[in-house]
Amino acid sequence: MSMPAYYTTKDKIWHYTFRVICFAIFFFLLAPILIMIPLSFNAQPFFTFTREMLTLNPDGFSLRWYQDFLESASWRRSIQNSFLIGIAATIISATLGTLAALGLSRSEMPAKGLIMGILISPMIVPLIISAAGMFFFFSSINLAQTYLGVILAHAALGTPFVVITVTATLVGFDHSLTRAAANLGASPTRTFFKITMPLILPGIISGALFAFITSFDEIVVVLFVAGVEQRTIPREMWSGIREDISPTILAVATILVLISVALLTVVELLRRRGERLRGMSPG
Amino acid sequence: MAQADATMMGGAGASSGTEKLVTAEGVPLKRALERAQRRRKLMAFALVVPLLAFILTVFVFPIAQMMWLSVKNDQIVNAIPRTLEELRDWDGRELPDEAVFAALHADLMEDLERPRREQATGPMGIRLNYELSAARSAVSRTARAASGFEAPYKEAFIDAHRLWGDPELWRIIKREGRPLTASYYVAALDRQYDEDGRIVQRDENRRIYVSLFGRTLMLSVIITGMTFLLGFPIAFYMSILPMRHANLLMICVLLPFWTSLLVRTSAWIVLLQQQGVINTGLVTLGIIDDENRLSMIYNMTGTIIAMTHILLPFMVLPLYSVMRTIPPSYMRAAKSLGATPWTAFRRVYFPQTLPGIGAGGVLVFIISIGYYITPALVGGQSGRMISNEIARHIQQSLNWGLAAALGTMLLVGVLALYWLYNRLVGADSLKLG
Repeated sequence: MSMPAYYTTKDKIWHYTFRVICFAIFFFLLAPILIMIPLSFNAQPFFTFTREMLTLNPDGFSLRWYQDFLESASWRRSIQNSFLIGIAATIISATLGTLAALGLSRSEMPAKGLIMGILISPMIVPLIISAAGMFFFFSSINLAQTYLGVILAHAALGTPFVVITVTATLVGFDHSLTRAAANLGASPTRTFFKITMPLILPGIISGALFAFITSFDEIVVVLFVAGVEQRTIPREMWSGIREDISPTILAVATILVLISVALLTVVELLRRRGERLRGMSPG
Repeated sequence: MAQADATMMGGAGASSGTEKLVTAEGVPLKRALERAQRRRKLMAFALVVPLLAFILTVFVFPIAQMMWLSVKNDQIVNAIPRTLEELRDWDGRELPDEAVFAALHADLMEDLERPRREQATGPMGIRLNYELSAARSAVSRTARAASGFEAPYKEAFIDAHRLWGDPELWRIIKREGRPLTASYYVAALDRQYDEDGRIVQRDENRRIYVSLFGRTLMLSVIITGMTFLLGFPIAFYMSILPMRHANLLMICVLLPFWTSLLVRTSAWIVLLQQQGVINTGLVTLGIIDDENRLSMIYNMTGTIIAMTHILLPFMVLPLYSVMRTIPPSYMRAAKSLGATPWTAFRRVYFPQTLPGIGAGGVLVFIISIGYYITPALVGGQSGRMISNEIARHIQQSLNWGLAAALGTMLLVGVLALYWLYNRLVGADSLKLG
């Protein structure tokens, strides 16, 4: 946003004011998340910067909250649970979601709008309602407070993301490629794994990542459907915040922020690669 | 191939004559094409079926079942069918006569003979308790003592629990002795039945839900407005920057979007609480006294600030994608035709951003209206929303019918809004980061 030479003083003042406003808003977006990172190294059990921290005295910093996090049995179990449930739910949503997206992107698909509406409904219905419904349903079939129950619930919540991203990838898909493969004698399965799959893989992976992060971050359904055995990281943070709030939460939060940065990078790279492969300009 | 060629020739000859086009197998071409088309349709559908079945079972059916709970009312019908039969002609004024009490005794005796898990008086007591407190203990105490009762039963029942002498209890039994009820919705709208069975408003101090729905709507409007006020400038700023810089700033928007919800909520607890970063900073700087620390959290302010932060990306992303497509030449043209910058913005630029504003606004509004976690953690009393009340009825007060009624009302509202959103922008344009 370089300033043109014909700007009057008023224009210039407005130009700078606008920039200041924008950076204040970006500050509002980022500061709360970033401020937790230094605070998680606090040597004292406070949620504020101590005098030692502000003067950069090494005594003011410690790794005790990270140690707390890694040594506590309940936190460790929550890490295992989060990954177990997240990965299992992602496999279900990625498989079912990709198949459905392949079907939905065919021009012969009947009742496309209605089916799409049903398939993405888990994304639209407020989580409290999904959680309440699943709580009643899983309780009635003895799946409440089991791993299978939480996994199935999270798989349902994750599928819309897979369906949407894979369908989007298939929009630019050149169907003459599969016809060519069939013409050359490849079976439908072979065509899928050799031709279609490699081309839509970025879409599948980013959809799967969305599904994983949905499960990894999900708390409302866990609150209702999971028991003590199935507590995930967000569930453990929830009790941490409600019951005895300690800076351990900040250590966990810092680690989660790093994980999300990593996932964000992967998704962004995949998106660019996908667009390059399909001959679209990277945007 | 030769065979096919022959058929083709035959077909060509037929087109001039009366014979129909046929394939190599001798099937009429039209039918063969139709069959192939049907097979392709089935193939496409078969790919969708697994997910469709999964979502219908694990997601749609449970929600339908929950909605059913909001009208399901078989507890009393199951427990005391004979009594209800006797009550049919009762006028609802004086206490019912001896025949009704005798029927109730017979019903209770029959229930006692059932295995403990199938006894129907327990659920009936719970059901009656939603309408009249102490009804549960009246039912359970009487059910335990019923085997020792002797005629006249009327006195025996009233001796066992005074509530049986209250016509109000009998009116409730008669009213709710039907397999379906509207009473959960009546309660969810802060109304109740009066003595003549008419629906009237509850006492002033017992009205909760209508004002809670009102507050939920108001908070959602405020949060949507705040995300618009904060999101519009930065989306505009990113849209006029070169792509490279804009992508860098986009990461600042996406990082919060991808960060765990609980991390973001706890960040605001850390910042806003009485001993938190902002208050301590203000005290250190001498702006406020140590005794007068600001209470910015565990109230409505906390909910608004935290949710605005959490939902801001949902406003910025659609706004930005719309603003990117607006050619800058329009503004320049307006200015060269003599418009002031403000007029050019208001008359030319702003109307073109309306699709983005509509999409982002409805999206943020839909999400915030059903939000649970953040209000529960930072909302305190004044920042509670309708979803917190639903959760309370499921987990603590165990009034599932009322929870289901409130949930159904919320769901209908959200689906109506989503329908609107779809009309505005189309679900296909839903973008994810």
